[in-house]
Order: sequence, then C-alpha cells, then structure tokens
Amino acid sequence: MITITDLRKVYRQGSREVVALDGVSLSVAKGHIHGIIGHSGAGKSTLVRCLTLLDRPTSGSVSVDGRELAGVSDRELLSARRKIGMVFQHANLFDSRTTAENVAYPLELLGTKRSKIKDKVSNLLDLVGLTQFANAYPSQLSGGQKQRVGIARALATDPDVLLCDEPTSALDPKTTDEILELIKDVRDRLEITVLIITHEMGVVKKACNSVSLLEAGKIVEHGPISEVVADIDGRLSHALLPLPGEMPQDLPPGTIMDLLYSGADAVHPVISTLARQFDIDVNVLAGSVEDLGGAQFAHLRIHLPVGVDIDAVTAHLTASGIAVSVKEA
Amino acid sequence: MDWLTSLLENPGITTALPDAIIETLIMMVIASAATIVIGIPLGVVLFLTAPGGLTPVRWISAILSGLIVNITRSIPYAILMLALIPFTQWIVGTGIGPYAACVSLTIGTVPFFARLVETALRDIPSGKIDAALVMGSSRFQVVRKVLLPEAMPGIMAGITTMVVIVIGYSAMAGIVGGGGLGRLAYNYGFQRFDSQVMIVTIVIIVIIVQAVQATGDWLTRRVDHR
Ligand SMILES: Nc1ncnc2c1ncn2[C@@H]1O[C@H](COP(=O)(O)OP(=O)(O)OP(=O)(O)O)[C@@H](O)[C@H]1O
Ligand SMILES: [Mg+2]
Repeated sequence: MITITDLRKVYRQGSREVVALDGVSLSVAKGHIHGIIGHSGAGKSTLVRCLTLLDRPTSGSVSVDGRELAGVSDRELLSARRKIGMVFQHANLFDSRTTAENVAYPLELLGTKRSKIKDKVSNLLDLVGLTQFANAYPSQLSGGQKQRVGIARALATDPDVLLCDEPTSALDPKTTDEILELIKDVRDRLEITVLIITHEMGVVKKACNSVSLLEAGKIVEHGPISEVVADIDGRLSHALLPLPGEMPQDLPPGTIMDLLYSGADAVHPVISTLARQFDIDVNVLAGSVEDLGGAQFAHLRIHLPVGVDIDAVTAHLTASGIAVSVKEA
Repeated sequence: MDWLTSLLENPGITTALPDAIIETLIMMVIASAATIVIGIPLGVVLFLTAPGGLTPVRWISAILSGLIVNITRSIPYAILMLALIPFTQWIVGTGIGPYAACVSLTIGTVPFFARLVETALRDIPSGKIDAALVMGSSRFQVVRKVLLPEAMPGIMAGITTMVVIVIGYSAMAGIVGGGGLGRLAYNYGFQRFDSQVMIVTIVIIVIIVQAVQATGDWLTRRVDHR
C-alpha cells in the first residue's frame, strides 16, 4: 500500500520557480495496479523522482505500508529506498554484468550471503522466464528480455511497491502486452502494489485497476477504471473509450447526443426501446463497446430528428442508468 | 650480410641497447602505473564534483579541473620535464636516470589521463546511476560497483593511449638524462651519426608501441560487453 499526501515539488531556475507537482495526493491499495497518465511536462518524471527520493519533495509525504519515506535522513534513505522496486523505460541494466549479476546487484548491497543470492536470483529469473539467459550480457538480450531482467532486479529486495516508469514505451505492441502480463502475474503472485507511469492509454486499459490523470502537476481525475469510464464528460472516459471517426458535417437538423452505459445495461436494446417509446427514428452515428476494468462499456453517439423532446429522452435514459451528454442541437 | 655482421659487432647494439630497452620499459611501467593509480581517483573526483555530478562541490571542481588539470595540460612536456628537475631531485634524490624521469612522466600524463577517465565516466547514461541509487547504493558503492565497471572499456582504451604517450615522452625524457632508447638514439644515432643504432632503435620502439596497442585493444574488447 502506498500513500502520497499533498506532494509538492518546486524547481528553482534562477529567479523563476517551476511548480512541477502541485499538491498530489494518491492512495493505492495493496495488490492493486494504479496507472498515472499524463502528457509531456505534466510532472510524471518528477513524481517518480520524488517517490524514489532521487529528488527531495518540497513538501508533502510519501509512505509505503505506513512507513514515511519523505524527510528521512540521508542514512535511512538507503534502506528506505528498498521499499520501492523500480522499473525504468530503458531497463537501465548494467552492461558490465550478466543477467544473473544484474539481478544480484541489490542483494550484494545488502551483504547477502553468496549461496542465498544464488537461490534468490534463480527464483527471480524463473519468475520472469529468463533462466536460460542467466549468463547472457544485456547486449545479447532483446528489449523485452531486458525489461524482464529489470523487473527481476526490482523485485530482488522484496519491495512493497513496484514503481514502473514508462515500462513499455520503448517496446513493440506484442512485447508491451507480454510485459504487462508479467507485471500482472507478479502482482498476483507477490501481492505487491504497482504504480505504472505512462502516456499510453492502452497500458492503462490492459493492466490497471485504477488510474489518475496528471495535468500540470495536479491530479485532475482519478478512480477505479470502471468509475472513470462511466463519467461521460470526463477526459479519461473519452480517452479510454473513444468514438471512432469525426463528427459528421452534413446531417439533417436535429440533436446529437452521446450515451454511455455499462454492465448489464450494455445488453439492453437501448436504441430500439428509445425508438419505440418516443416513436422516432434514431440514427447511430458512431459507437464502441469494450471491456474495461472488468465490465463491458458501450459508448454511442446518436442523432435525433427535430421536434423530439430532448429533456424527456434524457430523463428516460438517465432513469435506465444510462449517462447522457447532449452535444449540439 | 656485411650490414648484419657489423650490426652484431656494433657496441651501441651489443652493450648499450639491452640496457636502453630495460630503462625504457622501467620508465613505461612505473610512470604508467603511477599515472593509473593517481589518474583514476582524480578522474572520478573530477566527474563527481563537476556541476551536475553526483556530489557537486564547486571549489574542488574549480581547483582540480581549472587550475591543476587544465594548466598542467597546456604546458608542453619538453618544458615541463625541465622545469621539474629541481622537484625531481628533491623527491628521488637525483635528476638523472629512468627512476627520476618517472616523476615528470607521471606529472605530465596524469592530467590528460584523468580527463580520459572523466570522459569515460560521463559516457555512462545517467539512468544507470539513478538505477543504482534507487536500489539503495551509497555513493561509494555507485562508484565502485557501477561507475568504474561500466566505464572500464573507456578507461582501458584510455590506459592504452596513455601508455603509448608515456613511451613517446620517455624518449624525450631520455635525452635530458632519463636514459633508455631516447638517449641511445641521441648518443649514437644523432651525435655519432650511427644510422644502424638509429634504425634499430626506431624498429624497437615501433614494436613496443604496437605490442602495447594490441594488448590494450585486446583487453578493451575483453571488458567491453556493451
Ligand atoms: N530539474 C529541473 N529543473 C527545473 N525544472 C524542471 C526540472 N525537472 C522538471 N522540471 C519541470 O517540471 C515540469 C514537469 O516535468 P517532468 O519531467 O516531470 O514532466 P513529464 O510528465 O515527465 O514529461 P515527459 O512525458 O515529457 O517526460 C516541466 O515543466 C519541467 O520543465
Ligand atoms: Mg518524463
């Protein structure tokens, strides 16, 4: 479990101040995978550097399993950091060490006995499926394999939290899926809390239980996937379940509205019920249906002819648990 | 055949050459070893204390980098070795001989070798240092277990370059009293117009340099897993 409370980071550039993190609060339950998504410059890297204490937060606190990390002394910092295992975008393996030696590195720091290191390393390589590459150097591994070694290395000190900074941004789609599966597998087996920093919505869709949208140093939307998708006007919802195509130009006069519904509702014949109830022609302009956060969601854009009582339609849909957003009349 | 016979009877070759080779090797080995022992820590300190380094310390960086390394590096070796003769006498007790020459050879090569070490360290992607720190390495562990091993190919190539330069400088040092092949070439080849000694000296120096280069390249490849 990781708890971040009102984290602020201000960089000083000469006389100018850059507020990179502006009061970030976040809590991720044990065994959950939380995604933090944001555009370039949003403060993702700053957040990572503050969590690992590579940079000291200006104020606020970071605690892992109830133990405060921010504000510890330099001496305690070394052991405090072992609470968080970190996976990097470019793996950052040591080229002078073999796969097994890379995974052994954090254990050597602890002064672990050789025989114990050997056992632990072979277990970890087994976990990430790289046993036969134990004696290979990083230059002999593919990008996905390097990332696996990085994950094994991050897990060597039995951390409570696995912090992944753009773990798949340098990988192709297939390898991305494999690495995300591995992260989920590791979470299941070790009951570890995972934080994934990313700019790819696909990563959030495939791996995360919950998500935060970081923008200009603030978390502007957050929650479990199924909740953020359900918020029809939310930016995360639009990004998670986008409608294909552009808004059509030469439509007959009328009203365009977006509908979003989930779970059991998704199997309801929404459109035909609507058409029958109000005796109108409903034109579906675009739609997408996806499994997100363990539930099926449908997002539709429909066109209603002139003369329909929009308020009545909205009330009817809302009553059946369907989110409605009127786009233009 | 005549040339070969006279070669084998030439006292410059039979008596002076073996000693000269040994003196050159003494200068090469001692000065290189001293340069490595002083230059690697100096390179590490230059890297660590530089602005934006792992432990930036303005004044140390300014003194080491600005004053010592840059100034020493801009003094031509031929002048440096003459200027250092009193200092050498004070340290070694004499200004003459291969051991005395090692003083100015070391002082002449340390600054540029330290720069080579610093450059090799700078070439390590900062993400690797971050990774080491995040795993809980102390600064000392970062240097010993990550920076130096990761920079080893660059440092090894730097050592090779440095040893070749020491051999070159040692010939210069030889002329003003260091001995070795430089002195031999000067005494016999230049002052007595003995072209045989001159040619043999050149051949031997070329062989030594090539052997050093080949060994260095081989070692560099051995430690390079990038
Ligand atoms: N060392 C620093 N000194 C001054 N400003 C900084 C520093 N590091 C980051 N910033 C500023 O903080 C803000 C957030 O930067 P950050 O690197 O965290 O963004 P990011 O979300 O990681 O972006 P990207 O996706 O491009 O990596 C930016 O405005 C950046 O200019
Ligand atoms: Mg970044």
